[in-house]
Amino acid sequence: MAPMRPVDVAAQTEPSTPQSRETVFDIQGLKASYGSNVAVKGVDLEIYRNLVTAVIGPSGCGKSTFIRCLNRMNDEVPGFRQEGKILYHGIDLYGDGVDQIEVRRRIGMVFQRPNPFPKTIYDNVAWAPRILGLKKDLDERVEKALKGAALWDEVKDRLKKSALALSGGQQQRLCIARAIAIEPEVLLLDEPASALDPIATASIEELMHDLKTDYTLVIVTHNMQQAARVADRTAFFSLDVDESGQGAGVLVEYDETGKLFTAPSDKRTEDYVTGRFG
Amino acid sequence: MSTLPAASELTGHRRLRDWIGDRLLLLLTAGASIAAVALIVLIALKVLRSAHLAFSAFGLSFVKSSAWDVNHKVFGALPGLYGTAVSSLIALLIATPLALAIALFLSELAPTWARVLVGSLVETLAAIPSVVLGLWGILVLGPIAANHLEPWLSRWFGWLQVFSGQPSSSGILIAGLILAIMVVPIIASICRELFLQVPSELEEGALALGATRWEMVRGVVLTSSRPGIAAAMILGLGRALGEAIAVAQVIGAGWTIPTSLFKPGDTLASKIVEEFQGYSTKLQLSSLFYLGAILLVIGLVTNLFAQLIVRRFDVYRTGAR
Repeated sequence: MAPMRPVDVAAQTEPSTPQSRETVFDIQGLKASYGSNVAVKGVDLEIYRNLVTAVIGPSGCGKSTFIRCLNRMNDEVPGFRQEGKILYHGIDLYGDGVDQIEVRRRIGMVFQRPNPFPKTIYDNVAWAPRILGLKKDLDERVEKALKGAALWDEVKDRLKKSALALSGGQQQRLCIARAIAIEPEVLLLDEPASALDPIATASIEELMHDLKTDYTLVIVTHNMQQAARVADRTAFFSLDVDESGQGAGVLVEYDETGKLFTAPSDKRTEDYVTGRFG
Repeated sequence: MSTLPAASELTGHRRLRDWIGDRLLLLLTAGASIAAVALIVLIALKVLRSAHLAFSAFGLSFVKSSAWDVNHKVFGALPGLYGTAVSSLIALLIATPLALAIALFLSELAPTWARVLVGSLVETLAAIPSVVLGLWGILVLGPIAANHLEPWLSRWFGWLQVFSGQPSSSGILIAGLILAIMVVPIIASICRELFLQVPSELEEGALALGATRWEMVRGVVLTSSRPGIAAAMILGLGRALGEAIAVAQVIGAGWTIPTSLFKPGDTLASKIVEEFQGYSTKLQLSSLFYLGAILLVIGLVTNLFAQLIVRRFDVYRTGAR
């Protein structure tokens, strides 16, 4: 992979100073495992409000597992266990009495492969508001969500048509519209553009710039340029293999995107971002 | 040190044995397939030819007539059609919700060990010979229905004519119950496969939006399996429509159209079973074949209908419409 061009990094708009930002997630000593396989361990990081935080790293470094911990999607996986703390506005997400449903209502997720429901475009977006009882002004809500996902102009004349007829990029933006229709605070994106062509990818990236005024975004990506283009802060995960040959994902470095790509403090980060590894 | 023969060996070395083997395979498989098709055609022809006498005597009005009188030489199919339709409908009404519940449990909710255990037990239900199930119907289900179920139904729903009258240990309702037991494993196993085929990405997508399990099941699993569920119901219906032995054992026999479901009746299939051994005239035998022909047509139509639904309404395949 080509080393980062300074242009990409320079394209970052505002400098992001975490000191002035509110902390949304405070993750302390997170360890997540499936059965006896440790997927990720020793993760300490803070995610700030209205920023795009990217998680990069080679495959198998636990970045997907990590992001799925943030809205408790791993609860559905048999054998999953987590240790450590994930504080969301100071409240432990895995604490007693925390309702997964309420967690996911505030922390939405968009997946690697577009997964629209086999329903109409309108019903895809209206489905979650309906089950959550947000039935007032549903048409306006759907329109607002589709506009927010930059899809409205393309679909406004065929809202009652099947969502499966849309192109891959449109389907992914529909999934984003579906997620923001219930007005969450955080949007988790698990490699949202990896199944899309370059043009659709560009539209998703552009969309992320717009979305961060209203939402806090966390994106997993295997594409370093993408992280450089969209993220304010970037966390680099790597695979740490111990003496027994057991591998587990670890957080290597977490910093402002510009700094992480141009002046990484860890040798492993430098090797990865300059393309010497991974 | 290669053991591979030279490239020039590529031609002219086709062994006779290989050639014969390939031909033989084609011949055997094609032969078996053709035999199956031919058998269907031959059976249909035989049934139609044997029904010819009754058909030329009564024509299509056979279907509307309630008569079955050997001495006066008049026969009709209406009571059997009624009994078949009503008992199958009862079976479907009872079996569908049960089967859907079982399928959802096995595909979405049960822990792995229960999936295997309960799944195979439910399928064992389909392996019970229908004559054995019929005996159980006579000895166990009939008395339970007559002593508990039917009095309860007539106490609370007696104002409906179908639930009025004297409870009895054999009748159309009990036939419907027995058929329901036979239909449950069919619908349940088809629906379980359907639910397992719903992409897990869709289920995750629903859960990630803050849906509960039930909302996810209702909004995603059931909705996207709807055509398949309909097809499964029709296949179950096909099984119920054609079942003869077990129904004959519990339905009580009576070529009438009873107002109460507690009363005895007959289905097309049970009538054939009851009279085929002891028929006394050619016209009576031909009339039984006429019943059989009607049953055959109903069976073929329901089967085709099920296939049509699956093809026409497959949500994933026709998504681009």
